[in-house]
Amino acid sequence: MEILSHLFWTALAAGRDVLPIAVVLFGFQFLVIRKPLAHLRTIIIGFVYVVIGLTFFLVGLEQALFPLGELMAKQLTDPVFIHGAGAAGAIAEAVRWQDYYWVYLFAAAVGFAATIAEPSLIAVAIKANQVSGGAVGIWGLRIAVAIGVAVGVSLGTFRIVTGTPLHYYIAAGYVIVIIQTMRANRAIIPLAYDSGGVTTSTVTVPLVTALGLGLATTISGRSPLLDGFGLIAFASLFPMITVMGYAQFGEWLRNRRRRKEEAKEV
Amino acid sequence: MRSKTQQGLLRFLSLVVDSIRDLAPIVIVVAFFQLAVLQQPIPNIGGILTGLLFVLAGLTLFIQGLEMGLFPIGEAMANALARKGSLFWLLAFAFALGFGTTAAEPALIAVVAEAAKVAAAAGVVEQTAAAQADYAFYLRGTVAFSVGAALVLGVFRILKGWPIQYLIIGGYLCVVALTFFAPENIIGIAYDSGGVTTSTITVPLVTALGVGLATTIRGRNPMIDGFGLIAFASLSPMIFVMLFGMLWSALS
Repeated sequence: MEILSHLFWTALAAGRDVLPIAVVLFGFQFLVIRKPLAHLRTIIIGFVYVVIGLTFFLVGLEQALFPLGELMAKQLTDPVFIHGAGAAGAIAEAVRWQDYYWVYLFAAAVGFAATIAEPSLIAVAIKANQVSGGAVGIWGLRIAVAIGVAVGVSLGTFRIVTGTPLHYYIAAGYVIVIIQTMRANRAIIPLAYDSGGVTTSTVTVPLVTALGLGLATTISGRSPLLDGFGLIAFASLFPMITVMGYAQFGEWLRNRRRRKEEAKEV
Repeated sequence: MRSKTQQGLLRFLSLVVDSIRDLAPIVIVVAFFQLAVLQQPIPNIGGILTGLLFVLAGLTLFIQGLEMGLFPIGEAMANALARKGSLFWLLAFAFALGFGTTAAEPALIAVVAEAAKVAAAAGVVEQTAAAQADYAFYLRGTVAFSVGAALVLGVFRILKGWPIQYLIIGGYLCVVALTFFAPENIIGIAYDSGGVTTSTITVPLVTALGVGLATTIRGRNPMIDGFGLIAFASLSPMIFVMLFGMLWSALS
């Protein structure tokens, strides 16, 4: 019964989130555009589907994934797990970043898998596939973004463990983005920039935040308030690099194939 | 000949199969780390299985609703506003959409509450609940305004056909430059606030708006001009939040 009341309250919250959007959309529709909408019935049914779907999605995540994910983040960052039971007290002051390999691996795996399940990325991938006439594959884009998030979150946990300043990484990442932008195909650039913002919504943020807070709390000298932040920034920076890389890699493959065929013909 | 209901059922089944494929990686990762690395049993397995069924049903419905509701209305409105030919109303719509969806975003409300705590710990806000609530309220307003402004700029770019990279890279240079001047307690939050503004419902709508505009306006390519609104919406909060932090410190 508890889950039913949870469903009810989440549905109310989802409805409340959709309300301002509905007010803006229908307000402009009736006051400014003042023309009847085609397929109004289907659109309203679609909105209802979105609200109910999001409700079930969130309740399910809170029921199944988030408690377990948070528990695991806590266990993996626990000094006893990392240094072994006996050594925990002795080594607590000197943090060796090499000891945290399971944390980096978990960060990468969770970053990748959560991104694949992210509904807003699916939406953008569907649109990009339609608009590009199939040139951008739905799964190609999603996997490229997921690899970016995996690298980003993993590097972000490394930063928290070593305690190096956030803006060094971010500035270096932007330099790579700028260089790639100068060389990449013009058509992929806006999509690559967009995929940075898309990755960080429903599924990824809670899992990644739990990991960052767990790390910042257990390592001495890190403040959860100052160092726990910043993982999301990593998760939105690196997909830009991997999506442009994905397009550049595809182009490189096509060029190589063409050159081989030309070589054969000669 | 298959009947219509049969076709509908088949389509629904294929959507469910897609959702299973979308969710399989996260289930595998969590199970692997729990069983093989941490070597712990999975607690409350019945609850977790029900939860997963909910996630599956929810994702399937959401994707279905996306193509029935969010995409068509976003494109229809972009189309209608572009044909109306009023720049003012188009930009007003972009601002209202950005401001309205962000101000009510639950992830943002959580982040600004956290930010108020950080600010209180750093001593730029008084330790009282009322002072922190004030700070959180102004910060939330700043972020919502910045997203509205970002969509206005982004839509204007689509109309003009400006290349996106100069604006975005210029923006990032701004972010890097501001990082050196902004108070330390605001930087992590500023960087993260770019990520929390783009929610699951806003992203499809905003994407459909951009692509719809670029399709309707002659001479625009939906691939080159249509995407990019989300990039603006996640960049501008970083700039505005750092400016907010600097202004707040200067005034208090």
